[in-house]
Amino acid sequence: MSVPILKQGDYLIASVQSELSDADLLKLRDDLVSRVGEFRSRGVIVDVTILDVMDSFATRTLRSMAHMIMLRGAKTVIVGIQPEVAFSMVQLGLKLESVATALDLEEGLALLDSQTKGDTRRG
Amino acid sequence: MAEENCIPINSEIDIVTARQKGRAMAAQLGFSSTELTLIATAISEIARNIVEYAREGEISLSIAHEGDKQGIVVMGCDNGPGIPDIKLAMQDGYSTGKSLGLGLPGAKRLMDEFEIVSEVGRGTKVTMKKWVQNHAR
Amino acid sequence: MKKEKTNEQANKSSAELRQELVDHFREKRELLRQQWVQHMTAKGLLAGLTREDIETESITIYDTCIVCLETGEYDGARTYAMRMAERGVLRGMSTEQIIGGLLTLRDVYGRSLFERYQHDMERLSSALDIYEPVANKILSIVALAFVAEREKIVRQQQEAIRELSTPVLQVRDQMLILPIIGVIDTHRARQLTEQLLRTIRTSRAKVVVIDITGVPGVDSKVANHLVQTVDASQLMGATVIVTGISPEIAQTLVTLGVDLTKMNTVGDLQGGIEEADHLLGYRVVREEPGNGFIHNKKV
Ligand SMILES: Nc1ncnc2c1ncn2[C@@H]1O[C@H](COP(=O)(O)OP(=O)(O)OP(=O)(O)O)[C@@H](O)[C@H]1O
Ligand SMILES: [Mg+2]
Repeated sequence: MSVPILKQGDYLIASVQSELSDADLLKLRDDLVSRVGEFRSRGVIVDVTILDVMDSFATRTLRSMAHMIMLRGAKTVIVGIQPEVAFSMVQLGLKLESVATALDLEEGLALLDSQTKGDTRRG
Repeated sequence: MAEENCIPINSEIDIVTARQKGRAMAAQLGFSSTELTLIATAISEIARNIVEYAREGEISLSIAHEGDKQGIVVMGCDNGPGIPDIKLAMQDGYSTGKSLGLGLPGAKRLMDEFEIVSEVGRGTKVTMKKWVQNHAR
Repeated sequence: MKKEKTNEQANKSSAELRQELVDHFREKRELLRQQWVQHMTAKGLLAGLTREDIETESITIYDTCIVCLETGEYDGARTYAMRMAERGVLRGMSTEQIIGGLLTLRDVYGRSLFERYQHDMERLSSALDIYEPVANKILSIVALAFVAEREKIVRQQQEAIRELSTPVLQVRDQMLILPIIGVIDTHRARQLTEQLLRTIRTSRAKVVVIDITGVPGVDSKVANHLVQTVDASQLMGATVIVTGISPEIAQTLVTLGVDLTKMNTVGDLQGGIEEADHLLGYRVVREEPGNGFIHNKKV
């Protein structure tokens, strides 16, 4: 099942609606990376509240996605990682490294606002 | 409750099926929600390795009894290329697939018991167990 | 050949006899049940139970036992025993009351068999062969159910005590404090982490101060747990500040190769809370010197 991507002002919001297969994840990554350019977005939020598993593949894909988005000039925030999932990820040894995280959509938006505030590249 | 459950792994879609079935079986055994996530994640890693390195194989789920302990057994089997150096493959960060190299060592950390046998040219078999915590230790 | 035939006959007559016993107990149900209740009352086994309870429970138990005898299936008995154990333990019924009650029923059933077959010793003995294993099995099912229930309660209490010994405190909006006191082993570390992560979610915390002043020693395992807790909290969007790292612990951590630079550390709890305030955008304002109150204002 593919993930709907919403445009909200300067940001793109992708809310995962069901468990994702590898192909779904790769498609999400590619869609987001191309839309960021298309809409000249400054921030991307990926809401993973629904996911009850984040394995090495998912983590690697989200990480590389954030990296690509950064190269295209936008910031990424992953929001909604569940307590159990966070626990499982660290046990597995997974890290999101430099990718920003927030509790939920609301906090994610606040984080993007604070980070892109004063960002005057478009004057 | 089915005592044994076998999921053929032929494509990445089957990875999702395998971990969902594993979670459902573990839930019936009374694992906590955190443990369910640990089990599902471990299954995901082993199933993905099958798809990635052996193309096809299967995951079988069963219930283990030992004394008054109960647990889930997850077995991943394939007839793929096998692993030449298991010790190396079990190290954090070792990957021949340009990945993170966390699947095998990570799955071992998520479960209570972990065993891997592999023969080059014949295949790989991973057996993992997790016991339902009897909270009074 | 011949032997098989006798076996078959024996089986048949045993099934017949079993049905005869079932019919007998059903027929005498009211009489025997009354006797049973009277005996239990005399022995003081029904203390604390209402009349209604006694009526309904005794009927159910009586009938359940007969079903076991009739079908050889004990699932009903097991379920009922579990329910009874749950309620019984809650009401503080003693094991003596429960087991005593069942032993009494066993005697009532037994006596009525003696009465019925007193002139046919052989049939009596066959009847007891059928009846006794069933009675024993029911007793063991009930006893086990009660033991299991007791153990469950003890477990729950231990769990509760453990939770209490590691409180996650919410000091203000979006800030949690986790003062860890005592030895941390793998099990406890897991519990701490799980509890902290859940609280981060429910209280929408953004900063967590973990104070380890009360932890006697840190080895590589504990250090790893600490790092994992910090990382997991971060995945949920919370920043962790670790306070109370004694010089000895600092030294151990460095020797172990734990990268402290990745961890947000502050000397003591007070400093940690101030740092957390700062991160949350509060400004600490001391009013009137000597008045001692600290006010927090969102900047
Ligand atoms: N079923 C298998 N058949 C053949 N080789 C395998 C199999 N499973 C694992 N391996 C080998 O072991 C190595 C380590 O596996 P592991 O799952 O730990 O890491 P990875 O798959 O490379 O990366 P990650 O799982 O973190 O994405 C793999 O790179 C691969 O060479
Ligand atoms: Mg792998």
